[in-house]
Amino acid sequence: MPNNNSVLSDNDAIEISRTEELAYELKISEVMSKNVKNIPPTMKMETAIDIFQKERFSGAPVVRNHQLIGILSIEDLIRYLREGRQDTDVSDFMTLNPITVQHNDTVIEALKIFDKTHFGRLPVLNENGELVGILTKGDISAGLLNALQRDYHSEEIIRYRASHLFEDIISDRTSLILRYNIRKGDFNQGGNASNYIKRALLRMGASKQVARRCGIATYEAEMNLIIHTNHGGTLRVEIEPHKITVEAYDDGPGIEDVEQAIQPGFSTATHEVREKGFGAGMGLYNIKRCADEMQLISSKGRGTNLYITMYLNKIKEKDENINKD
Amino acid sequence: MKLSEVISLINGELLSSIDPDEIEIGGAMGADLMSDVLTSVQPEAVLLTGLCNPQVLRTAQIADIRAIVFVRCKNPTPEMLEISKTENIPLIKTKFGLFTASGILYNAGLPNYELEADGDCPY
Repeated sequence: MPNNNSVLSDNDAIEISRTEELAYELKISEVMSKNVKNIPPTMKMETAIDIFQKERFSGAPVVRNHQLIGILSIEDLIRYLREGRQDTDVSDFMTLNPITVQHNDTVIEALKIFDKTHFGRLPVLNENGELVGILTKGDISAGLLNALQRDYHSEEIIRYRASHLFEDIISDRTSLILRYNIRKGDFNQGGNASNYIKRALLRMGASKQVARRCGIATYEAEMNLIIHTNHGGTLRVEIEPHKITVEAYDDGPGIEDVEQAIQPGFSTATHEVREKGFGAGMGLYNIKRCADEMQLISSKGRGTNLYITMYLNKIKEKDENINKD
Repeated sequence: MKLSEVISLINGELLSSIDPDEIEIGGAMGADLMSDVLTSVQPEAVLLTGLCNPQVLRTAQIADIRAIVFVRCKNPTPEMLEISKTENIPLIKTKFGLFTASGILYNAGLPNYELEADGDCPY
C-alpha cells in the first residue's frame, strides 16, 4: 500500500485499496463538519481569545456577508498576546487569503492540500464562495471509516439475502438455475464458469467443502465440453436447498463406449490438449469421486448428457476424502 | 510455513504484489497435469508446476490452492498476473526444476499435500 502521507502517484494507483478508492469517490461535503462557528472581522481580539478558550477552538474562519475573508488561528492569537496591543480587531491579526476547498470536490483533493501545506483545517466553500463547512484530517478519517462501514453493511445484507433466498420464497419446490454456454476450444475461458458456480454456492451459504467439491466436478465437466465436443455445450446448475444438480450437455460427437470413458487413464485427448495440462483421462473419474451420484448418457453420433448430483444436508464422507484438512 | 519462507528456500521471485508474510502455507504438491491437481490436492497448499497458463490459476481457484510456484523460470502472462491479483493467489518463479524445488521444501519440513492415487492403482 502506498505511503499514507503522500499523494498517490500513477504507479501507486495501480494498487489502489478500497479506502483509497473511497477518497476518490467521497465528496468533501459528505465528510466535513457543518454548522461551523465563525467570527466577524470586527470582533475584538479579547473576545476572540475568550471564545477560543471557552469553546476549545484551535482556529476559526472569519466571515463577512457570508464570504470567507480569513482565518484566525492559535498562532495569530499568540502573536496578538506577544505584541500586547490593546483594542485591536480580529481583522488586524487574522491570516488573509486562506487556502480553501470546494464542497463538491472529492476528499482526495483535500488530502493533497493537507499533504502539501501541513494545515490542520481547510474552510469549505460552495459555488457562491460562501463558507459551508470546515474540514480536518480527523473528519476525513471518520468519513472514510463510515463509508467503509456502509460498504461492509450492504455487502452483509447481500450475503444474507442470498443465503436466505430459499427461506424467503414459498413454493412447493424452489430452485435456482444457472446456465453457462461453453465454447469448443475456448481454453482461455476454461474454468471461468466453474469458478462462478463455486462462488455462487459460497454466496448461497454452501460449506467450503461442498463448494470446492462441486467446483472441481464442474471444472472437469467444463473442460470436457471445451476439449471433446463438436460445438461446445452447456453447463446447467440447479441449486435447491438440499441438493445441487449439474448437467453438462452437448450435441456431439458422443462417446462410443461409456464404461471405457469412465475408466481412469482412458483418454482420447490430442497432444495439444495434453500440453495444456488436461486430457490425462482423469476427468470423468474425478467427477465420479466428487459427486454423490453421476450418470453419463451418450452414444456415438449423438450428444452427451452428464448428470452430477450432490446432496447438501448430509456431511459426506467425500468431503473428508477430498478436503482432508 | 509462511510463504515468504517458501520463497527464500527456493530462491524464488515473487511476481504478485501480495505480502508473502501474511500467507500461511499448509503443504505442497508438484504436478504439471491439472487433472492430477484437481484429483489429489488438499486445500491451503502451494502448487509447484512447470505448466504456465491461465488454467493453472483457474485450477488453483477451484481447489483452494494458496500460492503457485512456476519452476524453471516460467513467466506468467499479463492475463495470469491479473487473475493472480483479483483472486489473491500469489505467483512465484524459481530457477530450480520441479524435483529440486520440491525436494528443498520437503527437506525443510513442508508437508506433502497430495493424496496418493486410489488404492488399487487402476490405471
